[in-house]
Amino acid sequence: MKKLGILPKVYLAAVFVILYAPIFYLIYYSFNSGDGMSNFESFTLDHYQAVFQDTRLLIIVLNTVIIALLSALLSTTIGVMGALTIYFMKNKSARQAVLSLNNILIVSPDVIIGASFLILFTLIGVKLGFASVLISHIAFSIPIVVIMVLPKLLEMSTTLIDAARDLGASRKDILTRVILPYIKPGIFAGFFLALTYSLDDFAVTFFVTGNGFSTLSVEIYSMARTGITLTINALSGLIFLLTIILVLGYYIIGNKAKSPQGVKK
Amino acid sequence: MRNKNPLRFIYATPYAAWLLLFVLAPIAVIVYYSFFDLSGHLTLANYRNFFSSIYFKLTMSSFWYAFLITFFALLISYPTAYFLTKTKHKQLWLLLIIIPSWINLLLKTYAFIGLMGIYGPINAFLETVGIGSQQILFTDFSFVFVSVYIFIPFMILPIFNSLDKINPTLLDASKDLGANAWVTFKRVIWPMTTDGVKSGIQVVFIPALSLFMITRLIAGNKVITLGTAIEQQFLVTQNWGMGSTIAVFLIIFMFLIMVLTSGKKGGIIK
Repeated sequence: MKKLGILPKVYLAAVFVILYAPIFYLIYYSFNSGDGMSNFESFTLDHYQAVFQDTRLLIIVLNTVIIALLSALLSTTIGVMGALTIYFMKNKSARQAVLSLNNILIVSPDVIIGASFLILFTLIGVKLGFASVLISHIAFSIPIVVIMVLPKLLEMSTTLIDAARDLGASRKDILTRVILPYIKPGIFAGFFLALTYSLDDFAVTFFVTGNGFSTLSVEIYSMARTGITLTINALSGLIFLLTIILVLGYYIIGNKAKSPQGVKK
Repeated sequence: MRNKNPLRFIYATPYAAWLLLFVLAPIAVIVYYSFFDLSGHLTLANYRNFFSSIYFKLTMSSFWYAFLITFFALLISYPTAYFLTKTKHKQLWLLLIIIPSWINLLLKTYAFIGLMGIYGPINAFLETVGIGSQQILFTDFSFVFVSVYIFIPFMILPIFNSLDKINPTLLDASKDLGANAWVTFKRVIWPMTTDGVKSGIQVVFIPALSLFMITRLIAGNKVITLGTAIEQQFLVTQNWGMGSTIAVFLIIFMFLIMVLTSGKKGGIIK
Protein backbone atom coordinates (compact mmCIF):
# COMPACT_ATOMS: atom_id res chain seq x y z
CA MET A 1 0.00 0.00 0.00
CA LYS A 2 1.25 3.42 -0.95
CA LYS A 3 1.76 5.92 1.82
CA LEU A 4 -0.40 8.98 1.89
CA GLY A 5 1.09 12.12 0.43
CA ILE A 6 1.14 15.39 2.29
CA LEU A 7 -1.87 16.86 0.52
CA PRO A 8 -4.27 14.01 1.33
CA LYS A 9 -3.08 14.16 4.94
CA VAL A 10 -3.86 17.86 5.14
CA TYR A 11 -7.23 17.22 3.56
CA LEU A 12 -8.12 14.47 6.03
CA ALA A 13 -6.92 16.60 8.92
CA ALA A 14 -9.12 19.47 7.74
CA VAL A 15 -12.16 17.19 7.57
CA PHE A 16 -11.48 15.92 11.07
CA VAL A 17 -11.06 19.44 12.40
CA ILE A 18 -14.32 20.59 10.85
CA LEU A 19 -16.19 17.52 12.10
CA TYR A 20 -15.03 17.97 15.67
CA ALA A 21 -14.84 21.76 15.88
CA PRO A 22 -18.49 22.36 16.82
CA ILE A 23 -18.43 19.64 19.45
CA PHE A 24 -15.29 20.87 21.17
CA TYR A 25 -16.46 24.44 20.80
CA LEU A 26 -19.58 23.56 22.79
CA ILE A 27 -17.62 21.75 25.46
CA TYR A 28 -15.02 24.52 25.71
CA TYR A 29 -17.65 27.13 26.46
CA SER A 30 -19.38 24.87 28.97
CA PHE A 31 -16.55 25.90 31.32
CA ASN A 32 -17.04 29.61 30.66
CA SER A 33 -18.07 31.78 33.58
CA GLY A 34 -19.33 34.38 31.13
CA ASP A 35 -22.83 34.22 29.78
CA GLY A 36 -22.34 33.38 26.11
CA MET A 37 -20.36 31.46 23.55
CA SER A 38 -18.26 34.40 22.40
CA ASN A 39 -15.66 35.44 24.94
CA PHE A 40 -14.20 33.10 27.47
CA GLU A 41 -13.94 34.79 30.85
CA SER A 42 -12.72 32.20 33.30
CA PHE A 43 -13.00 28.56 34.13
CA THR A 44 -16.04 27.41 36.08
CA LEU A 45 -18.04 24.26 36.71
CA ASP A 46 -21.18 26.24 37.51
CA HIS A 47 -23.02 25.11 34.42
CA TYR A 48 -22.41 21.48 35.23
CA GLN A 49 -23.72 22.13 38.69
CA ALA A 50 -26.75 23.78 37.13
CA VAL A 51 -27.43 20.66 35.08
CA PHE A 52 -27.40 18.49 38.19
CA GLN A 53 -29.59 20.89 40.13
CA ASP A 54 -32.21 21.23 37.44
CA THR A 55 -34.68 18.54 38.46
CA ARG A 56 -36.85 19.10 35.41
CA LEU A 57 -33.87 18.55 33.13
CA LEU A 58 -32.81 15.46 35.07
CA ILE A 59 -36.28 13.99 34.74
CA ILE A 60 -36.13 14.62 31.00
CA VAL A 61 -32.74 12.90 30.82
CA LEU A 62 -34.16 9.98 32.77
CA ASN A 63 -37.17 9.83 30.41
CA THR A 64 -34.87 9.80 27.42
CA VAL A 65 -32.77 6.97 28.82
CA ILE A 66 -35.79 4.89 29.87
CA ILE A 67 -37.40 5.33 26.45
CA ALA A 68 -34.12 4.40 24.75
CA LEU A 69 -33.51 1.28 26.84
CA LEU A 70 -37.09 0.03 26.69
CA SER A 71 -37.51 0.71 23.00
CA ALA A 72 -34.15 -0.88 22.18
CA LEU A 73 -35.05 -3.97 24.19
CA LEU A 74 -38.49 -4.40 22.67
CA SER A 75 -37.50 -3.52 19.14
CA THR A 76 -34.58 -5.95 19.34
CA THR A 77 -36.96 -8.72 20.42
CA ILE A 78 -39.46 -8.06 17.64
CA GLY A 79 -36.69 -7.35 15.14
CA VAL A 80 -35.02 -10.71 15.79
CA MET A 81 -38.40 -12.38 15.34
CA GLY A 82 -38.78 -10.47 12.09
CA ALA A 83 -35.36 -11.51 10.84
CA LEU A 84 -36.19 -15.15 11.63
CA THR A 85 -39.51 -14.80 9.83
CA ILE A 86 -37.80 -13.43 6.73
CA TYR A 87 -35.04 -16.04 6.96
CA PHE A 88 -37.47 -18.94 6.97
CA MET A 89 -39.58 -17.58 4.12
CA LYS A 90 -39.27 -19.97 1.21
CA ASN A 91 -40.92 -17.82 -1.44
CA LYS A 92 -38.20 -15.59 -2.88
CA SER A 93 -40.41 -12.78 -4.15
CA ALA A 94 -42.45 -12.70 -0.96
CA ARG A 95 -39.24 -12.44 1.01
CA GLN A 96 -38.07 -9.58 -1.18
CA ALA A 97 -41.42 -7.84 -0.72
CA VAL A 98 -41.25 -8.10 3.07
CA LEU A 99 -37.67 -6.81 3.01
CA SER A 100 -38.72 -3.81 0.95
CA LEU A 101 -41.54 -3.07 3.38
CA ASN A 102 -39.05 -3.43 6.20
CA ASN A 103 -36.80 -0.81 4.65
CA ILE A 104 -39.52 1.76 4.10
CA LEU A 105 -39.24 3.12 7.63
CA ILE A 106 -35.45 3.30 7.36
CA VAL A 107 -35.50 5.55 4.34
CA SER A 108 -38.66 7.45 5.22
CA PRO A 109 -38.00 11.02 6.23
CA ASP A 110 -38.51 11.52 9.95
CA VAL A 111 -41.17 14.12 9.30
CA ILE A 112 -43.30 11.58 7.45
CA ILE A 113 -42.90 9.00 10.20
CA GLY A 114 -43.73 11.61 12.82
CA ALA A 115 -46.74 13.02 11.02
CA SER A 116 -48.24 9.64 10.10
CA PHE A 117 -47.72 8.28 13.61
CA LEU A 118 -49.40 11.39 15.00
CA ILE A 119 -52.48 10.71 12.87
CA LEU A 120 -52.38 7.02 13.74
CA PHE A 121 -52.19 7.60 17.50
CA THR A 122 -54.97 10.14 17.36
CA LEU A 123 -57.15 7.70 15.42
CA ILE A 124 -56.49 4.75 17.71
CA GLY A 125 -56.76 6.92 20.79
CA VAL A 126 -53.27 6.57 22.20
CA LYS A 127 -52.61 9.51 24.48
CA LEU A 128 -49.66 11.58 23.37
CA GLY A 129 -46.83 11.32 25.86
CA PHE A 130 -44.68 8.53 27.21
CA ALA A 131 -46.63 5.73 25.50
CA SER A 132 -46.78 7.32 22.06
CA VAL A 133 -43.07 8.20 22.13
CA LEU A 134 -42.13 4.69 23.28
CA ILE A 135 -44.26 3.00 20.63
CA SER A 136 -42.84 5.24 17.90
CA HIS A 137 -39.28 4.53 18.92
CA ILE A 138 -39.94 0.79 18.94
CA ALA A 139 -41.58 1.08 15.53
CA PHE A 140 -38.75 2.89 13.82
CA SER A 141 -36.02 0.78 15.45
CA ILE A 142 -37.41 -2.62 14.42
CA PRO A 143 -36.30 -2.43 10.75
CA ILE A 144 -32.79 -1.45 11.83
CA VAL A 145 -32.54 -4.52 14.06
CA VAL A 146 -33.79 -6.72 11.21
CA ILE A 147 -31.13 -5.25 8.89
CA MET A 148 -28.43 -5.98 11.46
CA VAL A 149 -29.55 -9.53 12.30
CA LEU A 150 -30.52 -10.86 8.87
CA PRO A 151 -26.98 -10.93 7.38
CA LYS A 152 -25.84 -13.01 10.36
CA LEU A 153 -28.64 -15.50 9.73
CA LEU A 154 -27.85 -15.68 6.04
CA GLU A 155 -24.19 -16.31 6.60
CA MET A 156 -24.98 -19.19 8.99
CA SER A 157 -24.43 -22.52 7.30
CA THR A 158 -27.68 -24.49 6.94
CA THR A 159 -25.80 -27.70 7.68
CA LEU A 160 -25.59 -26.43 11.26
CA ILE A 161 -29.34 -26.71 11.62
CA ASP A 162 -29.41 -30.05 9.82
CA ALA A 163 -26.74 -31.39 12.12
CA ALA A 164 -28.63 -30.23 15.19
CA ARG A 165 -31.77 -31.91 13.92
CA ASP A 166 -29.89 -35.12 13.17
CA LEU A 167 -28.64 -35.07 16.70
CA GLY A 168 -32.21 -34.98 17.90
CA ALA A 169 -32.66 -31.32 18.78
CA SER A 170 -36.22 -30.06 18.93
CA ARG A 171 -37.29 -26.93 17.08
CA LYS A 172 -37.04 -24.95 20.26
CA ASP A 173 -33.56 -26.30 20.94
CA ILE A 174 -32.44 -25.40 17.44
CA LEU A 175 -33.67 -21.87 17.96
CA THR A 176 -32.29 -21.26 21.44
CA ARG A 177 -29.11 -23.31 21.28
CA VAL A 178 -27.99 -23.06 17.67
CA ILE A 179 -29.49 -20.06 15.91
CA LEU A 180 -29.64 -17.46 18.67
CA PRO A 181 -26.06 -17.97 19.89
CA TYR A 182 -24.85 -17.79 16.32
CA ILE A 183 -26.55 -14.49 15.55
CA LYS A 184 -25.75 -12.94 18.93
CA PRO A 185 -23.28 -10.35 17.53
CA GLY A 186 -25.96 -9.15 15.13
CA ILE A 187 -28.47 -8.92 17.96
CA PHE A 188 -26.08 -6.83 20.07
CA ALA A 189 -25.26 -4.56 17.15
CA GLY A 190 -28.97 -4.11 16.49
CA PHE A 191 -29.64 -3.32 20.14
CA PHE A 192 -26.89 -0.69 20.24
CA LEU A 193 -28.05 0.94 17.04
CA ALA A 194 -31.65 1.00 18.25
CA LEU A 195 -30.43 2.58 21.46
CA THR A 196 -28.54 5.32 19.68
CA TYR A 197 -31.34 5.96 17.21
CA SER A 198 -33.71 6.41 20.09
CA LEU A 199 -31.36 8.68 22.04
CA ASP A 200 -30.75 10.75 18.94
CA ASP A 201 -34.22 11.05 17.55
CA PHE A 202 -35.73 14.46 17.39
CA ALA A 203 -38.16 14.81 14.51
CA VAL A 204 -40.39 11.80 15.19
CA THR A 205 -40.51 12.48 18.93
CA PHE A 206 -41.29 16.12 18.29
CA PHE A 207 -44.48 15.11 16.49
CA VAL A 208 -45.79 12.54 18.95
CA THR A 209 -44.67 14.01 22.24
CA GLY A 210 -47.68 16.17 23.09
CA ASN A 211 -47.55 18.48 26.08
CA GLY A 212 -45.97 17.64 29.38
CA PHE A 213 -43.65 14.91 28.15
CA SER A 214 -40.30 15.68 26.65
CA THR A 215 -37.08 13.98 25.63
CA LEU A 216 -33.66 15.55 25.57
CA SER A 217 -33.65 16.35 21.86
CA VAL A 218 -37.01 18.07 22.03
CA GLU A 219 -35.94 19.95 25.14
CA ILE A 220 -32.68 21.12 23.55
CA TYR A 221 -34.66 22.30 20.54
CA SER A 222 -36.94 24.47 22.60
CA MET A 223 -34.02 25.73 24.71
CA ALA A 224 -32.03 26.58 21.58
CA ARG A 225 -34.97 28.42 20.07
CA THR A 226 -35.15 30.74 23.04
CA GLY A 227 -31.45 31.55 22.86
CA ILE A 228 -28.06 30.49 24.10
CA THR A 229 -27.76 29.11 27.62
CA LEU A 230 -24.55 27.51 28.72
CA THR A 231 -26.51 24.79 30.52
CA ILE A 232 -26.94 23.21 27.10
CA ASN A 233 -23.18 23.32 26.67
CA ALA A 234 -22.60 21.54 29.94
CA LEU A 235 -25.22 19.01 28.97
CA SER A 236 -23.50 18.46 25.63
CA GLY A 237 -20.21 17.87 27.41
CA LEU A 238 -21.83 15.13 29.46
CA ILE A 239 -23.57 13.65 26.42
CA PHE A 240 -20.30 13.64 24.48
CA LEU A 241 -18.63 11.70 27.27
CA LEU A 242 -21.50 9.22 27.35
CA THR A 243 -21.41 8.84 23.57
CA ILE A 244 -17.71 8.06 23.63
CA ILE A 245 -18.33 5.39 26.26
CA LEU A 246 -21.17 3.92 24.19
CA VAL A 247 -19.10 3.96 21.00
CA LEU A 248 -16.20 2.28 22.75
CA GLY A 249 -18.58 -0.35 24.08
CA TYR A 250 -19.98 -0.89 20.62
CA TYR A 251 -16.46 -1.08 19.17
CA ILE A 252 -15.30 -3.59 21.76
CA ILE A 253 -18.36 -5.79 21.29
CA GLY A 254 -17.98 -5.50 17.53
CA ASN A 255 -14.31 -6.45 17.67
CA LYS A 256 -14.90 -9.33 20.04
CA ALA A 257 -17.56 -10.72 17.76
CA LYS A 258 -15.55 -10.20 14.58
CA SER A 259 -16.72 -12.65 12.04
CA PRO A 260 -15.05 -13.11 8.66
CA GLN A 261 -17.47 -10.64 7.12
CA GLY A 262 -17.65 -8.29 10.07
CA VAL A 263 -20.67 -6.28 11.09
CA LYS A 264 -21.54 -3.39 8.88
CA LYS A 265 -23.12 -0.45 10.55
CA MET B 1 -39.24 -27.37 8.79
CA ARG B 2 -41.32 -28.28 5.78
CA ASN B 3 -44.57 -28.65 7.66
CA LYS B 4 -46.32 -26.08 9.77
CA ASN B 5 -44.19 -24.92 12.63
CA PRO B 6 -46.07 -23.52 15.63
CA LEU B 7 -42.94 -21.77 16.86
CA ARG B 8 -42.60 -19.89 13.63
CA PHE B 9 -46.15 -18.67 13.89
CA ILE B 10 -45.42 -17.25 17.33
CA TYR B 11 -42.50 -15.16 16.19
CA ALA B 12 -43.94 -14.17 12.84
CA THR B 13 -47.00 -12.59 14.43
CA PRO B 14 -45.47 -9.58 16.23
CA TYR B 15 -43.40 -8.71 13.20
CA ALA B 16 -46.33 -9.03 10.83
CA ALA B 17 -48.44 -6.92 13.17
CA TRP B 18 -45.72 -4.29 13.16
CA LEU B 19 -45.53 -4.29 9.36
CA LEU B 20 -49.27 -3.81 9.16
CA LEU B 21 -49.63 -1.19 11.88
CA PHE B 22 -46.50 0.89 11.52
CA VAL B 23 -45.49 0.54 7.88
CA LEU B 24 -48.64 0.06 5.83
CA ALA B 25 -51.21 1.82 8.03
CA PRO B 26 -49.22 5.10 8.34
CA ILE B 27 -48.95 5.43 4.57
CA ALA B 28 -52.65 4.65 4.26
CA VAL B 29 -53.71 7.26 6.81
CA ILE B 30 -51.50 9.90 5.19
CA VAL B 31 -53.09 9.26 1.81
CA TYR B 32 -56.55 9.18 3.39
CA TYR B 33 -56.11 12.48 5.24
CA SER B 34 -54.78 14.21 2.15
CA PHE B 35 -58.33 14.21 0.78
CA PHE B 36 -59.83 16.19 3.65
CA ASP B 37 -59.90 19.92 4.18
CA LEU B 38 -59.79 21.80 7.47
CA SER B 39 -63.48 21.33 8.20
CA GLY B 40 -63.42 17.62 7.42
CA HIS B 41 -64.98 17.64 3.96
CA LEU B 42 -63.87 15.17 1.35
CA THR B 43 -62.15 17.26 -1.30
CA LEU B 44 -59.38 17.50 -3.84
CA ALA B 45 -58.68 21.10 -2.85
CA ASN B 46 -55.40 20.18 -1.13
CA TYR B 47 -54.05 18.76 -4.34
CA ARG B 48 -55.22 21.82 -6.27
CA ASN B 49 -53.49 23.96 -3.67
CA PHE B 50 -50.33 21.96 -3.93
CA PHE B 51 -50.01 22.71 -7.62
CA SER B 52 -50.76 26.37 -7.06
CA SER B 53 -47.73 28.62 -7.21
CA ILE B 54 -46.56 28.73 -3.56
CA TYR B 55 -46.31 25.01 -2.98
CA PHE B 56 -44.84 24.35 -6.36
CA LYS B 57 -42.17 26.96 -5.78
CA LEU B 58 -41.60 25.50 -2.34
CA THR B 59 -41.06 22.03 -3.80
CA MET B 60 -38.65 23.38 -6.37
CA SER B 61 -36.58 25.26 -3.81
CA SER B 62 -36.62 22.26 -1.50
CA PHE B 63 -35.22 20.14 -4.32
CA TRP B 64 -32.62 22.76 -5.14
CA TYR B 65 -31.38 22.87 -1.55
CA ALA B 66 -31.38 19.09 -1.27
CA PHE B 67 -29.40 18.94 -4.50
CA LEU B 68 -26.85 21.47 -3.25
CA ILE B 69 -26.50 19.68 0.08
CA THR B 70 -26.05 16.28 -1.59
CA PHE B 71 -23.61 17.68 -4.14
CA PHE B 72 -21.33 19.32 -1.59
CA ALA B 73 -21.55 16.36 0.76
CA LEU B 74 -20.44 14.07 -2.07
CA LEU B 75 -17.71 16.47 -3.16
CA ILE B 76 -16.19 16.45 0.31
CA SER B 77 -16.90 12.83 1.20
CA TYR B 78 -15.52 10.98 -1.80
CA PRO B 79 -11.90 12.12 -1.38
CA THR B 80 -12.23 11.68 2.37
CA ALA B 81 -13.41 8.10 1.98
CA TYR B 82 -10.73 7.45 -0.62
CA PHE B 83 -7.89 8.78 1.55
CA LEU B 84 -9.29 6.93 4.56
CA THR B 85 -8.98 3.58 2.80
CA LYS B 86 -5.29 4.38 2.30
CA THR B 87 -4.56 5.06 5.96
CA LYS B 88 -2.87 2.55 8.20
CA HIS B 89 -5.58 1.99 10.82
CA LYS B 90 -8.47 2.67 8.49
CA GLN B 91 -11.18 1.11 10.66
CA LEU B 92 -10.15 3.25 13.59
CA TRP B 93 -10.08 6.42 11.49
CA LEU B 94 -13.46 5.52 10.06
CA LEU B 95 -14.80 5.16 13.57
CA LEU B 96 -13.46 8.60 14.39
CA ILE B 97 -15.31 9.99 11.37
CA ILE B 98 -18.49 8.27 12.50
CA ILE B 99 -18.38 9.41 16.14
CA PRO B 100 -19.63 12.96 15.44
CA SER B 101 -22.69 11.46 13.78
CA TRP B 102 -23.53 9.83 17.11
CA ILE B 103 -23.60 13.15 18.91
CA ASN B 104 -27.10 14.50 19.17
CA LEU B 105 -28.06 16.36 16.01
CA LEU B 106 -29.62 19.19 17.97
CA LEU B 107 -26.44 19.83 19.91
CA LYS B 108 -24.32 20.08 16.78
CA THR B 109 -26.81 22.44 15.21
CA TYR B 110 -26.89 24.48 18.39
CA ALA B 111 -23.09 24.74 18.30
CA PHE B 112 -23.32 26.45 14.93
CA ILE B 113 -25.56 29.13 16.37
CA GLY B 114 -22.60 30.11 18.53
CA LEU B 115 -19.92 29.50 15.88
CA MET B 116 -21.64 31.53 13.20
CA GLY B 117 -23.08 34.24 15.40
CA ILE B 118 -22.13 37.91 15.02
CA TYR B 119 -19.69 37.59 17.92
CA GLY B 120 -18.69 34.02 17.11
CA PRO B 121 -15.20 32.79 16.19
CA ILE B 122 -15.85 32.71 12.44
CA ASN B 123 -16.73 36.37 12.40
CA ALA B 124 -13.81 37.14 14.70
CA PHE B 125 -11.59 35.43 12.15
CA LEU B 126 -13.11 37.37 9.25
CA GLU B 127 -12.54 40.54 11.25
CA THR B 128 -8.83 39.86 11.75
CA VAL B 129 -8.37 38.85 8.12
CA GLY B 130 -9.84 42.19 7.19
CA ILE B 131 -13.05 41.10 5.52
CA GLY B 132 -15.08 42.36 8.43
CA SER B 133 -17.87 40.55 10.20
CA GLN B 134 -20.75 39.25 8.18
CA GLN B 135 -24.25 38.09 8.87
CA ILE B 136 -23.64 34.35 8.49
CA LEU B 137 -26.43 32.93 10.56
CA PHE B 138 -29.90 32.93 9.02
CA THR B 139 -28.68 32.77 5.44
CA ASP B 140 -28.87 30.17 2.69
CA PHE B 141 -25.17 29.61 3.12
CA SER B 142 -25.43 28.71 6.80
CA PHE B 143 -28.30 26.35 6.09
CA VAL B 144 -26.42 24.47 3.37
CA PHE B 145 -23.19 24.45 5.35
CA VAL B 146 -24.69 23.01 8.52
CA SER B 147 -26.71 20.45 6.58
CA VAL B 148 -23.63 19.30 4.67
CA TYR B 149 -21.78 19.09 7.97
CA ILE B 150 -24.50 16.89 9.44
CA PHE B 151 -24.64 14.55 6.44
CA ILE B 152 -20.93 14.07 5.67
CA PRO B 153 -20.45 10.96 7.87
CA PHE B 154 -23.49 9.29 6.31
CA MET B 155 -22.06 9.91 2.85
CA ILE B 156 -18.55 8.75 3.75
CA LEU B 157 -19.64 5.42 5.21
CA PRO B 158 -21.17 3.73 2.13
CA ILE B 159 -18.47 5.13 -0.17
CA PHE B 160 -15.76 3.90 2.19
CA ASN B 161 -17.35 0.44 2.25
CA SER B 162 -17.46 0.16 -1.53
CA LEU B 163 -13.92 1.53 -1.95
CA ASP B 164 -12.68 -0.86 0.68
CA LYS B 165 -14.10 -3.82 -1.19
CA ILE B 166 -12.08 -3.14 -4.34
CA ASN B 167 -9.47 -5.78 -4.94
CA PRO B 168 -6.09 -3.97 -5.01
CA THR B 169 -4.77 -6.28 -7.72
CA LEU B 170 -7.25 -4.64 -10.10
CA LEU B 171 -5.47 -1.33 -9.59
CA ASP B 172 -2.12 -2.98 -10.20
CA ALA B 173 -3.50 -4.57 -13.35
CA SER B 174 -4.74 -1.22 -14.51
CA LYS B 175 -1.34 0.31 -13.96
CA ASP B 176 0.39 -2.60 -15.74
CA LEU B 177 -1.84 -2.05 -18.72
CA GLY B 178 -0.57 1.49 -18.93
CA ALA B 179 -3.39 3.48 -17.39
CA ASN B 180 -2.47 6.64 -15.54
CA ALA B 181 -4.03 7.59 -12.20
CA TRP B 182 -6.91 9.50 -13.76
CA VAL B 183 -7.85 6.75 -16.21
CA THR B 184 -7.63 4.18 -13.43
CA PHE B 185 -9.97 6.28 -11.36
CA LYS B 186 -12.41 6.88 -14.18
CA ARG B 187 -12.48 3.39 -15.64
CA VAL B 188 -11.83 1.17 -12.61
CA ILE B 189 -12.42 2.83 -9.25
CA TRP B 190 -15.42 5.03 -9.97
CA PRO B 191 -17.53 2.33 -11.72
CA MET B 192 -16.90 -0.02 -8.82
CA THR B 193 -18.02 2.51 -6.26
CA THR B 194 -21.17 3.82 -7.92
CA ASP B 195 -23.29 1.59 -5.68
CA GLY B 196 -21.76 3.21 -2.61
CA VAL B 197 -22.21 6.67 -4.09
CA LYS B 198 -25.82 5.87 -4.90
CA SER B 199 -26.67 4.72 -1.40
CA GLY B 200 -24.80 7.77 -0.07
CA ILE B 201 -26.95 10.03 -2.23
CA GLN B 202 -30.01 8.17 -1.04
CA VAL B 203 -29.26 8.63 2.66
CA VAL B 204 -28.53 12.32 2.13
CA PHE B 205 -30.99 13.52 -0.46
CA ILE B 206 -34.19 12.20 1.10
CA PRO B 207 -33.52 13.55 4.61
CA ALA B 208 -32.29 16.81 3.06
CA LEU B 209 -35.70 17.27 1.45
CA SER B 210 -37.35 17.01 4.81
CA LEU B 211 -35.06 18.85 7.22
CA PHE B 212 -36.99 21.14 9.43
CA MET B 213 -35.15 21.86 12.63
CA ILE B 214 -32.06 23.20 10.88
CA THR B 215 -34.20 25.53 8.82
CA ARG B 216 -35.70 26.90 12.00
CA LEU B 217 -32.54 27.18 14.07
CA ILE B 218 -29.94 28.09 11.47
CA ALA B 219 -31.80 29.49 8.50
CA GLY B 220 -34.16 31.54 10.62
CA ASN B 221 -37.28 30.46 8.72
CA LYS B 222 -35.86 31.92 5.51
CA VAL B 223 -35.47 28.52 3.95
CA ILE B 224 -38.57 26.37 3.75
CA THR B 225 -38.21 22.73 2.81
CA LEU B 226 -40.94 20.18 2.30
CA GLY B 227 -40.21 19.02 5.85
CA THR B 228 -40.68 22.50 7.27
CA ALA B 229 -43.96 22.81 5.40
CA ILE B 230 -45.24 19.51 6.75
CA GLU B 231 -44.26 20.39 10.29
CA GLN B 232 -45.88 23.79 9.90
CA GLN B 233 -49.14 22.29 8.63
CA PHE B 234 -49.29 19.59 11.28
CA LEU B 235 -48.13 21.34 14.41
CA VAL B 236 -48.69 25.05 13.84
CA THR B 237 -51.59 25.52 11.43
CA GLN B 238 -53.14 22.19 12.45
CA ASN B 239 -54.16 21.62 8.87
CA TRP B 240 -53.56 17.89 8.73
CA GLY B 241 -55.14 17.56 5.30
CA MET B 242 -52.73 19.92 3.59
CA GLY B 243 -49.83 18.52 5.61
CA SER B 244 -50.75 15.02 4.46
CA THR B 245 -50.94 16.16 0.85
CA ILE B 246 -47.41 17.53 1.02
CA ALA B 247 -46.38 14.31 2.77
CA VAL B 248 -47.89 12.25 -0.06
CA PHE B 249 -45.68 14.09 -2.53
CA LEU B 250 -42.66 13.65 -0.31
CA ILE B 251 -43.39 9.90 -0.18
CA ILE B 252 -43.68 9.80 -3.98
CA PHE B 253 -40.36 11.62 -4.34
CA MET B 254 -38.85 9.23 -1.85
CA PHE B 255 -39.86 6.21 -3.92
CA LEU B 256 -38.61 7.85 -7.11
CA ILE B 257 -35.24 8.57 -5.55
CA MET B 258 -35.04 5.05 -4.16
CA VAL B 259 -35.73 3.57 -7.58
CA LEU B 260 -33.20 5.89 -9.22
CA THR B 261 -30.47 5.19 -6.70
CA SER B 262 -30.99 1.54 -5.89
CA GLY B 263 -27.91 -0.43 -6.81
CA LYS B 264 -28.03 -3.89 -8.26
CA LYS B 265 -27.11 -5.46 -4.99
CA GLY B 266 -29.92 -3.63 -3.23
CA GLY B 267 -30.14 -3.54 0.51
CA ILE B 268 -30.19 -0.25 2.29
CA ILE B 269 -27.88 -0.12 5.22
CA LYS B 270 -27.93 3.11 7.06
